[in-house]
Amino acid sequence: MAAIEMRNIVKEYGDGFKAVNDVSLDIADGEFMILVGPSGCGKSTLLRMIVGLEDITSGDMVIGGNRVNEKAPRDRNLSMVFQNYALYPHLTVFENIAFPLRLQKRIAEDEVQRRVKEAAAMLELNEHLDRKPANLSGGQRQRVAMGRAIVRHVDAFLFDEPLSNLDAKLRGQMRTEISRMQRRLGTTTVYVTHDQTEAMTLGDRVAVLRRGFLQQVASPRELYEQPVNMFVAGFIGSPPMNFLPAVVAGSRLQLPFLELDLPAGVTGKVADGQLLIAGMRPDHFEDARLLDPAKRAKGEVFRARVDVTEWLGDSQYAYIPFEANAEVAKQLADLAAELDSEALRSQLIVKIDAMSRLRENHEGEFWADTSRMHLFDPRTGENLTRDEAAAADLARLEQDDFRDRIDAPDAAAR
Amino acid sequence: MFWIVGAILIIAYAIIPVLWIVSLSFKEGDDITNKSFLPTVWSWENYRTVFASDLFTTALRNSIGMSLIATTISVVLATLAAYAISRLNFPGKRLVLGVALAITVFPVIAIATPLFNLWRTIGLYDTWLGLIIPYLSYSLPLSVYVLAAFFREIPWEMEQAAQVDGATAWQAFRRVIVPLAAPGVFTAAILTFFAVWNDFVFGITLTSSEAARPVPAALAFFQGASQFSQPTAPIAAAAVVVTIPVVVLVLLFQRKIVAGLTNGAVKG
Repeated sequence: MAAIEMRNIVKEYGDGFKAVNDVSLDIADGEFMILVGPSGCGKSTLLRMIVGLEDITSGDMVIGGNRVNEKAPRDRNLSMVFQNYALYPHLTVFENIAFPLRLQKRIAEDEVQRRVKEAAAMLELNEHLDRKPANLSGGQRQRVAMGRAIVRHVDAFLFDEPLSNLDAKLRGQMRTEISRMQRRLGTTTVYVTHDQTEAMTLGDRVAVLRRGFLQQVASPRELYEQPVNMFVAGFIGSPPMNFLPAVVAGSRLQLPFLELDLPAGVTGKVADGQLLIAGMRPDHFEDARLLDPAKRAKGEVFRARVDVTEWLGDSQYAYIPFEANAEVAKQLADLAAELDSEALRSQLIVKIDAMSRLRENHEGEFWADTSRMHLFDPRTGENLTRDEAAAADLARLEQDDFRDRIDAPDAAAR
Repeated sequence: MFWIVGAILIIAYAIIPVLWIVSLSFKEGDDITNKSFLPTVWSWENYRTVFASDLFTTALRNSIGMSLIATTISVVLATLAAYAISRLNFPGKRLVLGVALAITVFPVIAIATPLFNLWRTIGLYDTWLGLIIPYLSYSLPLSVYVLAAFFREIPWEMEQAAQVDGATAWQAFRRVIVPLAAPGVFTAAILTFFAVWNDFVFGITLTSSEAARPVPAALAFFQGASQFSQPTAPIAAAAVVVTIPVVVLVLLFQRKIVAGLTNGAVKG
């Protein structure tokens, strides 16, 4: 087990394209770090540089205190689970898991047997040990790949989108499985994904990448509540954050459907008449008729016409179209393109109580929790309302949780 | 219905000459002039004649020996070369592939005469080595192409996984890539073996005695019972004998060739 430190890591290809640009990231011993971002953001490249399958153009990769830039993958003592599992089809499940041990000549046969059985037991693969990978289901193949990773005592586990080939139900089960295994073994883990749920639920911390640049490294909660910029805000959360044009008018702020006082934190940073982008999460809205009266004062109430509603049983989404001016529309379209999504019509997605009987194509009364709204500079994307004190609190909380886990009594047992 | 008729026609077209030779090989003496497809009396006489003649048995030994040696060398070299071509980027890679392809385009007969003179000068004429070398130069490009196509099909992740698991480049090649490429290796080996086994032009040009003459060339030196009779029936018997290894090989390895060993390697 070891900490991984990256110092100003750059990956430049022959044509001058920089897939990873000046990334510095510290991953603590035993930490579960998620690398996330839209496709082409350099997250897989970064992972492959950690394991040594990709050369590092400049910067230092330090694992367990040793610089490993020039070391071959086999000398780095890491293990990796590939997206397509990369099982050896000519070997049985047992031999697949035993493969890394067999390469180390000094491990005796009975030791190999013991360790493979142990790994197989942890992953419930015991009855499949004599089968070939071709005869296994997707989930079983995934578990064999994990077995091959945990059978050695490695410094860190690396996962490259390991669940993307599984169906939704199995993905949920395997996610818990991976989480449980990592907690139990306490091994440093780096996990690449583009899946929201995996990013939010698995990691101690999440690193968001965009075009090779590191945007923000923080706990899932901090990313969700205090994003540093519009990209992170738009990437984290599903359905995504709503972006609305907001015009500064003196000490007031005008949004489609509603108008409110300019938040105290931004008064000095903006000029009168300036166009900003307001970010509000779908769950910061509610059907005003079903609202707890105590909450009403915290936000604003507005009327709007609902286009489409989606009832999901436990919650309900309502879609409210609005007109955006050209500058905002372009900004939103660019962001959508970068986040791998379609540039949709400008609409507000609000999450309301499932009990609500709002009808499509009718006007309804909504409440918005404007105290949790963020304001972004449309040119730089910077978050003007990020609360550093609250962010620091969240970071401290995350650190406490992590320490608790590492120092837990059962940690000594492993 | 149409397909069945078509299939029967094609099979008949391919198999009748073979059956004819088999039938000829069982006709004794002057029975080949009996004007019927089948022999009047089935006889092993021609086979006894063929195996009794030194001409045939030494030629058979030459053929087997040279084919096996040429195939082994060719497949080993081709495996290494094809792996490099499919996995590495080195200067001159396209040139190597281009030249390899160009060699196979040369008519064999155009090379045979210069080789005849060259081999006589340096002493390789009428030796096994003198035949194995040109066999290799013709079979290698084909094997390299077949194997390179196979290696390209094997996902990169296989090797990368092996490397992360602690394998050296050689271990990854030996323990992961070669077993996965086995169907390709068999295919290349069989194609090479057939090409060498059936060679006639080099066999007749670069040999002058029984020291290295392979079966296809030796067939031309068979003699009849008298100088006025054609040794058609014994030649037919010899032809049947040399066809047998080819048929056996195909039957043995056809499943290996067809088997998709990479099934289940990746998602699917």
